[in-house]
Amino acid sequence: MAVTVKIPTQLRAAAGGVTDAEVEGSTVGEALDSLYEQFSDLRDRISGDGGLRRFVNVYVAGEDIRFLDGLDTSVSDGDEITILPAVAGG
Amino acid sequence: MASAEALKCKECKAEFPLDASYVCDRCFGPLEVSYRPLGDIDVAEFRRRIQGGPQNIWRYADFLPVETQPGSSGRNTSRAGLPAGCTPLVRADRLAERLGLGEVWVKNDAANPTHSFKDRVVAVAVARARELGFDTLACASTGNLANAVAAAGAAYGMESYVFIPADLEEQKILATGIYGTRLVAVRGSYDDVNRLCTELSAEHPWAFVNVNLRPYYAEGSKTLAYETVEQLGWRTPDRVVAPIASGSLFTKIARGFEEWLELGLANGEVPVFNGAQAAGCSPVAQAFEAGHDVCRPVRPDTIAKSLAIGNPADGPYAIELARSTGGAVDAVTDDEIRAGVRLLAETTGIFTETAGGVTTAVLAKLAQRGDIGADERVVLYITGDGLKTIDVARGTFEIHEIEPSLAAFEEALPDAVAA
Repeated sequence: MAVTVKIPTQLRAAAGGVTDAEVEGSTVGEALDSLYEQFSDLRDRISGDGGLRRFVNVYVAGEDIRFLDGLDTSVSDGDEITILPAVAGG
Repeated sequence: MASAEALKCKECKAEFPLDASYVCDRCFGPLEVSYRPLGDIDVAEFRRRIQGGPQNIWRYADFLPVETQPGSSGRNTSRAGLPAGCTPLVRADRLAERLGLGEVWVKNDAANPTHSFKDRVVAVAVARARELGFDTLACASTGNLANAVAAAGAAYGMESYVFIPADLEEQKILATGIYGTRLVAVRGSYDDVNRLCTELSAEHPWAFVNVNLRPYYAEGSKTLAYETVEQLGWRTPDRVVAPIASGSLFTKIARGFEEWLELGLANGEVPVFNGAQAAGCSPVAQAFEAGHDVCRPVRPDTIAKSLAIGNPADGPYAIELARSTGGAVDAVTDDEIRAGVRLLAETTGIFTETAGGVTTAVLAKLAQRGDIGADERVVLYITGDGLKTIDVARGTFEIHEIEPSLAAFEEALPDAVAA
């Protein structure tokens, strides 16, 4: 499945300056693994302790994956995954 | 004498220049302003200088992240923009008596230019935004921030974009639009608004006060602690009860106390911190109760819309603070919130919005639970005005409508005649 991952500005330097990337995977976790294969520097910035770092939010089609199935959330062709910092607002 | 030195990641401690950034690009942790240590200070002289400062938050400019104190100085004048802060700390003996407590004070931050504590954080964020060369302000808001940013834009003559959830109370929408801001009502929750603004902040060269300017913005809440200390005769209270939405206010009040205790400007200890949330949006209270370090996001459903953040940015730090000071984070139902608004109004003469109802209801809960010692000095942080959520008052009292005659009055209120 080809899905698009939108890279936040803070991570673009570690992703060769791109704003989004085409990746493969049928779940968010697989899609992120596919992203790390393209840009190995992203792995440590996004993931830790077997999950996501605590200040990283991930959305599929605008929905926080913690309201879905987390990293097991399924994604299908054409879906858009957005990675954003969690520290805004309030 | 501003002493801000860098932005520092709260997680991995990496340092960054004092520009418009808010996220560590190594670990995604939040950035926070760090200051050069002031070292040994002459406490008496420092206190005199503060007391001789303006009647607004800029009397504490030494502890705020601005290079130059904004605008002209003068003891009784605002330096620039709207004069935030220096709000009353009211001793609330009737409230204390009703709850069986020893000593309760109400820090009434409804007495700010746009009637909530948000004028403090906006004043600092906008001052820094101007130093950094921004000409447009923006924010994601649950209502109070919308009022404050729109008004600050008007006061400074800066363009502003204010993003709110479309289902916000009408009072807050009207009291924002009147300032001439560009008001955007987003069909979704505050968390949706916040996500949108996080994305927008990467696309537009605007000062989103609570996104890319958030490290500066958050510092403004420390002034609530400084003022409390000053108003209590340079002492910290024993306990504070404050609302938690994102957790920024809650944790920065603590930081304010810590800074002044360290310098010797405040006497006493770091107070016990009790956080207040609405049961309909209590990710921090739930995590505290369950013993977790991180908050699981929730979908808010509460009348306390100004606290309706389901995905609180500073949640982990708020939990940590409540635990480390021996406090707690409690949640109260919408009915308890309404009762809280009423209780504060009828015992202190202070009419607060639903967020203040949350805080007051949590104080009542702590009192009932026996958590508060008889000799404790407690400060209740009331962060917004009742006129912002006026529907809460509807139907809670009787109105005696009469013809304009003595007979009609006596008939309607016979007990008044007997007295």
